[in-house]
Amino acid sequence: MRRQGPLIITFITGAVIILQYFIPHRPFSDLQQLFNTWFLVIAVFALILGVGNLGKIHFERVFRRRENWPYSIVLILGFIIMFGAGIIWGIQRGTPFYYIFWNVHIPMGSTMFALLAFFVASASYRAFRARTPEATVLLISAIVVMLSRVPLGNFIWKELPLIGDWIMAYPNMAGQRAIWIGIALGVVSTSLRIILGIERTYLAGK
Amino acid sequence: MNIIERFEAVDRRIIFLLIILAVVIPLLFPIGLKIEVSDPVQRFYNAIEELEPGSFVLLSAEYDASTMPEVYPMNEALVSHCFSKDLKIVSIGLWPQGVSLNQEAMEQGAREYEKEYGVDYVNLGYKAGGIVVISALGEDIPTTFPQDYALRPIEQFKIMEGIENLDNIDLIVSLSAGDPGVREWVMIAHGRYGKNVCGGVTAVSAPAFYPFLNAGQLKGLMGGMKGAAEYETLLKQTGTASAGMDAQSIAHGLIIFFILFANFFYFMGKRRRR
Repeated sequence: MRRQGPLIITFITGAVIILQYFIPHRPFSDLQQLFNTWFLVIAVFALILGVGNLGKIHFERVFRRRENWPYSIVLILGFIIMFGAGIIWGIQRGTPFYYIFWNVHIPMGSTMFALLAFFVASASYRAFRARTPEATVLLISAIVVMLSRVPLGNFIWKELPLIGDWIMAYPNMAGQRAIWIGIALGVVSTSLRIILGIERTYLAGK
Repeated sequence: MNIIERFEAVDRRIIFLLIILAVVIPLLFPIGLKIEVSDPVQRFYNAIEELEPGSFVLLSAEYDASTMPEVYPMNEALVSHCFSKDLKIVSIGLWPQGVSLNQEAMEQGAREYEKEYGVDYVNLGYKAGGIVVISALGEDIPTTFPQDYALRPIEQFKIMEGIENLDNIDLIVSLSAGDPGVREWVMIAHGRYGKNVCGGVTAVSAPAFYPFLNAGQLKGLMGGMKGAAEYETLLKQTGTASAGMDAQSIAHGLIIFFILFANFFYFMGKRRRR
């Protein structure tokens, strides 16, 4: 029963969710709403679980003095300060949370992402080579799209943005559609396997 | 080491320095390159323009600090456009940080257009659950978000009177930097509830949304800082995105130069080795 219980719950929940999509009337619509509410509650607990897990890993790292443990202290302190400030004073304008969020977190987050520009530039110099005909096509289309996405492209040649738009709207879209259709088919088949109990890895592979 | 090998193995710090200069100099001394409006952004703008004053826009913020330079200018421009047309904004966040960022953009817009919280706009905060939250909104908004972001009951806000579910929303805008985001809004809000959805996404993820745009599942699309700059151009405003376009133009140009330059020396070296 320890194995069958979760399988039965999964089957009933999955079947109801699929049915209510095609029959959006009672009792299926009510059940869907109920399942939505349950899911939202579970999602909150999943967040708590995630935070707990993160805390456990970093506390352990500090106590055992593992590699880079001082960074874990920064993480723990950062978490406690932000969490405490949010719980005690709220997150509105004028609160400590707001001040830290806008003056510490935002600049640091933006800086981390901005560093990507340096790595992209370095990689473009070192790795982006026209070694094969396929790589050459990719390289040319990348250059056209990069230029067409900024005003510089229009400044160089007025038709360049149109060529960029064409690449995005036809070759790119065809490729993207193929990817999305592939993903959708994969999701459908995996979902069916889970609902029918064929795929059981979510039960720790048993 | 000959000159070709030297150029092939150039110190990365030189590349980094050139990138810094390419970004900083145009920011200090703007060139003022003309910004042309693309069709996806024009369609986004038109979707807002077509709404009658008093219509409801559901603005969902799914981005964070790392993608703020690209998405926040969209948020500012969009809020400004909505308030200038007297549209009501009901906002939520499927990413926790999106709530605070969006709130800031709305407060800025509210000061400019003298709008009142709870009457002209409201921020319902963050809810974990991604796609299921969207599905729940389609059925019942007050049950899904019984309080606003500051834990105040939503019944006290005039703007929420008569809002039951997505049927009462005229347009959905998702400003997203990943999942959950625009794709989930298209799947549920458009696919299931038939709502019009517009999306604002990072430049790197924009190509993935063209199939939705061309199929009519997305009413409009803003991609990256360029999309935001185009929107600012349509609003006849000079915001942070427009200011950043010169720097982005030069940085793109420099990266293209790096690619061409490196390939030139790559082929020269190859010929020499033969």
